[in-house]
Amino acid sequence: MTTQPPFTQEHDEFRGVVRRWVANELAPHAREWEEAHWFPDDVFAKLAEQGYLGLKYPEEYGGEGGGYLADAVFTEELSRCGSGGLAAGIGAHIGIATPPVWKFGTEAQKQRYLVPAIAGEKIAALAITEPDAGSDVAAIRTLARRVDGGFVVNGSKMFITNGVRAHFYVTAVKTTLEGGHHGISFLIVDRGEGVGAEPIEKMGWHASDTALIAFDDVFVAEENLLGREHEGFALIMANFQWERLLMSLGAVGAMQRAFEVTLAYAQGRTAFGRPISAHQVIRHKFADMATTIEGCRCVTYNALRLFVEGHDAVRQVTMAKLATQRSCFELMDTCLQIHGGAGYIAEYDIERAARDARLGPIGGGTDEMMKEILGKALGI
Amino acid sequence: MATADQVLKPDFATRRKHFIFTDEHEQLRESIRAFVLKELAPHAEEWEETTFPDWVFRRMGELGFLGLDKPEKYGGQGGDYPTALVLAEEIVNAKSGGLAMGLAVHTDMAMPPILAFGTEEQKREWVVPAIAGQKILCLGITEPDAGSDVAGIKTRAVRDGAEYVINGSKTYITNGHRADMIVLVTKTDPDAGYDGFTLFLVPMDAPGVIREQRLQKLGMHASDTALLAFQDVRVPESAVLGQVGKGFYHIMWELQGERLIGAAGCVAGAQRCFEQTLRYALERKAFGRQIGKFQVIRHKFAEMATKIETARQLTYMTAWRFQNGEYPVREISMAKLHAARVAVEVADECIQIHGGAGYMKEYGVERVWRDMRLNRIGAGTDEIMLDVIGRSYGL
Repeated sequence: MTTQPPFTQEHDEFRGVVRRWVANELAPHAREWEEAHWFPDDVFAKLAEQGYLGLKYPEEYGGEGGGYLADAVFTEELSRCGSGGLAAGIGAHIGIATPPVWKFGTEAQKQRYLVPAIAGEKIAALAITEPDAGSDVAAIRTLARRVDGGFVVNGSKMFITNGVRAHFYVTAVKTTLEGGHHGISFLIVDRGEGVGAEPIEKMGWHASDTALIAFDDVFVAEENLLGREHEGFALIMANFQWERLLMSLGAVGAMQRAFEVTLAYAQGRTAFGRPISAHQVIRHKFADMATTIEGCRCVTYNALRLFVEGHDAVRQVTMAKLATQRSCFELMDTCLQIHGGAGYIAEYDIERAARDARLGPIGGGTDEMMKEILGKALGI
Repeated sequence: MATADQVLKPDFATRRKHFIFTDEHEQLRESIRAFVLKELAPHAEEWEETTFPDWVFRRMGELGFLGLDKPEKYGGQGGDYPTALVLAEEIVNAKSGGLAMGLAVHTDMAMPPILAFGTEEQKREWVVPAIAGQKILCLGITEPDAGSDVAGIKTRAVRDGAEYVINGSKTYITNGHRADMIVLVTKTDPDAGYDGFTLFLVPMDAPGVIREQRLQKLGMHASDTALLAFQDVRVPESAVLGQVGKGFYHIMWELQGERLIGAAGCVAGAQRCFEQTLRYALERKAFGRQIGKFQVIRHKFAEMATKIETARQLTYMTAWRFQNGEYPVREISMAKLHAARVAVEVADECIQIHGGAGYMKEYGVERVWRDMRLNRIGAGTDEIMLDVIGRSYGL
């Protein structure tokens, strides 16, 4: 088969390299780290050694200069590690927490945060969601009060991936109580005095460190203001398309892996005198799943292509996100069903895949938000 | 440093052509659409009653639309595969699934096997006038007792000296009443299994070809659908298309192109129905506002748009592979399966959004559903597609 655009043969080769690395270095630990509800910090250092933390970033900051497509390949392959939480922790660092620093940061900020983040020396988290503000971003209440030389931050942030381990938080704050989303700014908050982090138990994504963050009179220097004051909403919006593409790619990769694992299982498992895969109903389930994956892949790659070409691809990206996340969860459920009783048992990993996939239609903008965006795009 | 203005570009409505299409394809699209809207669409309702007239073939032949991707030496335009997709997409503006199907049978089902497997003489005799719209073609696979199970067909062709004698019957034959020639699938060796089939080019005016009843259908009313009988029909050896005994494989090849074109038609048909319904939802008021402004209705549109987009990207990507010379049976089956399902689901949802009006003939959405419903059966049922895909994984 020809390489599917927007990828090239070079990307295919890179894909093979990442796939082997993920299979050797991450996948063998997936279960252990899921059970520990934690993966070790040195995973970031190992990723950095390979250059995987800076694939899309310019070489002057220690990146590989590979552009978005290299990151896209990595993301799709990373999902094959078998742990949604592990992929999420790595993905939060590479895909959502550091891009705003790259895109909006001053040279000094890039040197202080982006360079060590690419080197795996500092772990990053993005902090937007709050206990009382999820989809409705304008409703955040964490307040940054201006003081001499900077800001004092008070408030809390919820569902923050890498929250406990992060060295710095790219944090959305209100710098003025008026103006809804025109009153939002971003600060880079170092972990330190006044910053508390408490882990949160979840349905899935167990290996991921997800925290409730509390800021209690945290002083943040003026030089840590990221982007312009009161223009933080633009910063949020700027990375949404990329984040949603990453989620779409991750879902495509996760679906492909679950399909392969389940196919192998169905061909090995015998019932009524033949492999269960030889029963027509099971065969058709696989055909349905394969069609779903191919449709999701095509819609995602097309949105990715438009995005990397520099087009405004809000509509296509939103559709890709909406289509892939729900499909991924449904597909995991089908894979679980084909496994029968084994599917319900932790040993086979498929129940975990189903739990992990359930976040898709919620995180990165809920399905309902995607539909609102599309409705707006359609003029309704 | 990026600023808000650089980042926030609320350019939601941007439309961009897919990379398989060039500016030339877009010009072709415009000219086909203009023709369809001006000369075909106004007759849609009338043709539902009468079936569409033969002059449509002649007129489209004159305009060069019947041979877009066919070689110039036979009167075609010599275009690439996407030109055929453009026609399949734009013809939906005729608002008549039956008309689109009648044309597709001619251009994308009957002609390709002649071009692929036929002799120079056969191409001159049939493809040239077919591209010109002077002769109409049909394809005969299905029989009263053999549908999805193509290998179960019973129409026999028996060699008799320099001739073959054909006996049997074919059903659900689109263009069957109007056609000048049928590409006929027969069994020449009942003991040879899949290697016992042979295709013939049979003139429909040959003695013994009987056009039986016009079949009444759920939808696709503008197309003519025939039950045909063949009683001691004699054809010369030169009527064999391709190789004797290879008919099954020839026809399986043909079905791939047919399915891909069908998928493109489903996507375009769903898109057209979607747009029509969107206009309706922004006009129709209930409880003091446009019904489209209710969140539940808005989300229905978002879901439909997303479904159509997945079907479109799947179809285009598969067409791109096809155009590159790959023979992606698995992906074609996926595109056909998915696009047909999406089209039927979208049509049903569009009826729902129209409410009572959707059930009325006047609005045309009920017809879209009736027409589209065939796509989950014709050219290989959903279940056959699932089997083909499943088997492609060794299942």
